[in-house]
Amino acid sequence: MSLSATKFVHPITAPPSTRSSDKPLFSTFFGSNHTKLRFNKPIVAAQRRSSSAASTSSPVVAVSDVVKEKKLKSASNLLITKEEGLVLYEDMILGRFFEDMCAQMYYRGKMFGFVHLYNGQEAVSTGFIKFLKKEDYVVSTYRDHVHALSKGVPAREVMSELFGKATGCCRGQGGSMHMFSKQHNLLGGFAFIGEGIPVATGAAFSSKYRREVLKEPGADEVTLAFFGDGTCNNGQFYECLNMAALWKLPIVFVVENNLWAIGMSHLRATSDPQIWKKGPAFGMPGIHVDGMDVLKVREVAKEAIERARRGEGPTLVECETYRFRGHSLADPDELRDPAEKAHYAGRDPITALKKYLFDNKLASEQELKAIDKKIEELLDEAVEFADESPLPPRSQLLENVFADPKGFGIGPDGKYRCEDPKFTQGTAHV
Amino acid sequence: MATLFQGLPSSTAFSSSNKFNHAPAPTSFSERKSSIVTVRSDARWSPVLNSATHKPQRLITNAVATKADSSLASTSSKPGHELLLFEALREGLEEEMERDPCVCVMGEDVGHYGGSYKVTKGLATKFGDLRVLDTPIAENSFTGMGIGAAMTGLRPIIEGMNMGFLLLAFNQISNNCGMLHYTSGGQFKIPVVIRGPGGVGRQLGAEHSQRLESYFQSIPGIQMVACSTPYNAKGLMKAAIRSENPVILFEHVLLYNLKDRIPDEEYVLSLEEAEMVRPGEHVTILTYSRMRYHVMQAAKTLVNKGYDPEVIDIRSLKPFDLHTIGKSVKKTHRVLIVEECMRTGGIGASLTAAITENFNDDLDAPIVCLSSQDVPTPYAGTLEEWTVVQPAQIVTAVEQLCQ
Repeated sequence: MSLSATKFVHPITAPPSTRSSDKPLFSTFFGSNHTKLRFNKPIVAAQRRSSSAASTSSPVVAVSDVVKEKKLKSASNLLITKEEGLVLYEDMILGRFFEDMCAQMYYRGKMFGFVHLYNGQEAVSTGFIKFLKKEDYVVSTYRDHVHALSKGVPAREVMSELFGKATGCCRGQGGSMHMFSKQHNLLGGFAFIGEGIPVATGAAFSSKYRREVLKEPGADEVTLAFFGDGTCNNGQFYECLNMAALWKLPIVFVVENNLWAIGMSHLRATSDPQIWKKGPAFGMPGIHVDGMDVLKVREVAKEAIERARRGEGPTLVECETYRFRGHSLADPDELRDPAEKAHYAGRDPITALKKYLFDNKLASEQELKAIDKKIEELLDEAVEFADESPLPPRSQLLENVFADPKGFGIGPDGKYRCEDPKFTQGTAHV
Repeated sequence: MATLFQGLPSSTAFSSSNKFNHAPAPTSFSERKSSIVTVRSDARWSPVLNSATHKPQRLITNAVATKADSSLASTSSKPGHELLLFEALREGLEEEMERDPCVCVMGEDVGHYGGSYKVTKGLATKFGDLRVLDTPIAENSFTGMGIGAAMTGLRPIIEGMNMGFLLLAFNQISNNCGMLHYTSGGQFKIPVVIRGPGGVGRQLGAEHSQRLESYFQSIPGIQMVACSTPYNAKGLMKAAIRSENPVILFEHVLLYNLKDRIPDEEYVLSLEEAEMVRPGEHVTILTYSRMRYHVMQAAKTLVNKGYDPEVIDIRSLKPFDLHTIGKSVKKTHRVLIVEECMRTGGIGASLTAAITENFNDDLDAPIVCLSSQDVPTPYAGTLEEWTVVQPAQIVTAVEQLCQ
């Protein structure tokens, strides 16, 4: 694959081009942790093809004295073991195949409404979530299927939820944009952008509270908040950056910068498009990482998550990534430059990981094909399960409106409305 | 009458054998005496909680309590202790925080400053800065933070310094607070209490004089209660904190200095029940919050003129206690609603619809609803006075209704 070393020239600010001679050993090595800046302009074909094997990007370090240059430590010079590699591969394949299946099912009329697919961004979800413990929290947006899968929600439950069946992870009441799982500590699934960030801040606050007020030993749950570039112009983002840094909450803000908010280019919407810079303004490290490279994401994720777990506070991580499909299945995706799409298709994170595994003899073709097949079967089973699951009955209509159904109040006959076994079918009475 | 068990798991059957005894409500106005129902309290959480209900209230003679109510002698030999409404709120809050370490407070100036109306005074020193959290001025985000904390096991009380500020948190209150329990399929509960002072004060200007109950009432999944006396303030605060549902507790800026005597024993009120303030025969007057006092002042005049109004403080703005209201309507056949909400789309409008739907056959006359004018509350004192319902208007309305 072409190296992710293409440089785009930005007219306003040129990067400090320090082509340092002390390049890390593996400068052209897939997975080395170069933090580099990307300036985006409409891609000119000639410029893109000028990337050569010898050139590397000029490393621009994140502006924070807390983030240190990471040296590759492992003796074998490899970033992952075989087991880890296979886990990463399987997770990304699960995400990719699941989303492709979603598209199929949508066009067959099995699911409706707004469905936002994650193709192309798998490295961010896998890179971050595979570092979490079960007790750690994940908060996402409407593009949440793959976050749910990476966190451990079974594919059949997610598919069932998308089909609107009673066996879905949210009993069919949430849908594509509201994936929740108490068991796996997935706190949603939010339809309005930015809405989940305060909730994530609250989960992190909870963790800190348990540690410091309730004095629970081992209460070091970390929260990951995933959101996009569009959200970074929203007030809730800034308010939460402030509060998280102020109280040193164990949270990592992960920006999935895929350059587009439906049809609004990030550059057209943002005065300073370098989102990672906004972290230090609030007193937390801001890191920019190549989000199409799962190993680079993993390195950054490890540091950020461990920092949070130690109680040192939040981190803002901007992942440069791209969605191969439109904003949602209803989006004709006509605005984006085909050359841009082709460029990022060439940086497909799954292809890249495959190449790394092969090049370093960590896995064979057959092993990966076996994983592919396993996932395909898993998904076929998930679709079958979802198809055969029952639709929610009418009695489910009002069941979960209140945690304590006394909240429906006292009826004219003096009894609580919830005492009537049929009340969940709906009365529309106050 | 509904049995009142606080916080029982919903699978427990409600059976009449668990009814507890309470003092019967006095049948006529002249027999009213201030008696306090002794409530057996249980310091630890247990499945059966007794709560006081229908405590016969003393007649409150002031429309707005600006000085201590000294018309009824409070001697030291009487049971209970005297305090102001904001102190009652604080007492309830403090008791719940002592009882459950997961209860915490967050809001602007709640910690070191003690709350802009002193409801949280002294709590930060006692419980620490993390349990009584001073937040930056970011209503939408700290409300969302409270919701996230509630989803992950805490029980936060979110204070809006003025209810009007919660308009900034509308996104979180509507989308997350009200809806998350449902959209998650019942997996996460949001036991938050959102509270703060609202209502028309003394020339505070339009933006600080808002009545948000009308805006929030459509949000499915939340409960709304309004306190009006120190007794029900403490009881509702405790009930709201113990409730597994998100509850919005509306306080009123002008009622914080109301003085009253409340029981020493622990008591928790029901969030869904209305309060009988003054039983009567001729007309049912439904009200809540500060308007209760305007109504009681009008009641004095009405009694002198020979009317016998029944006054009910509905307390629960969402859902309405249609049982208490219905019983009253069936007795008097005439309804007057007095509220501080705007005319358009207010609580009174919903209540009128609910009563008409359920008790139309019992009404002898159309329901009359007295609400505030549909106007941003003016600063000028005279204009402000004409925005809200005054006792004289209530008297006129009753006279017209009872013709």
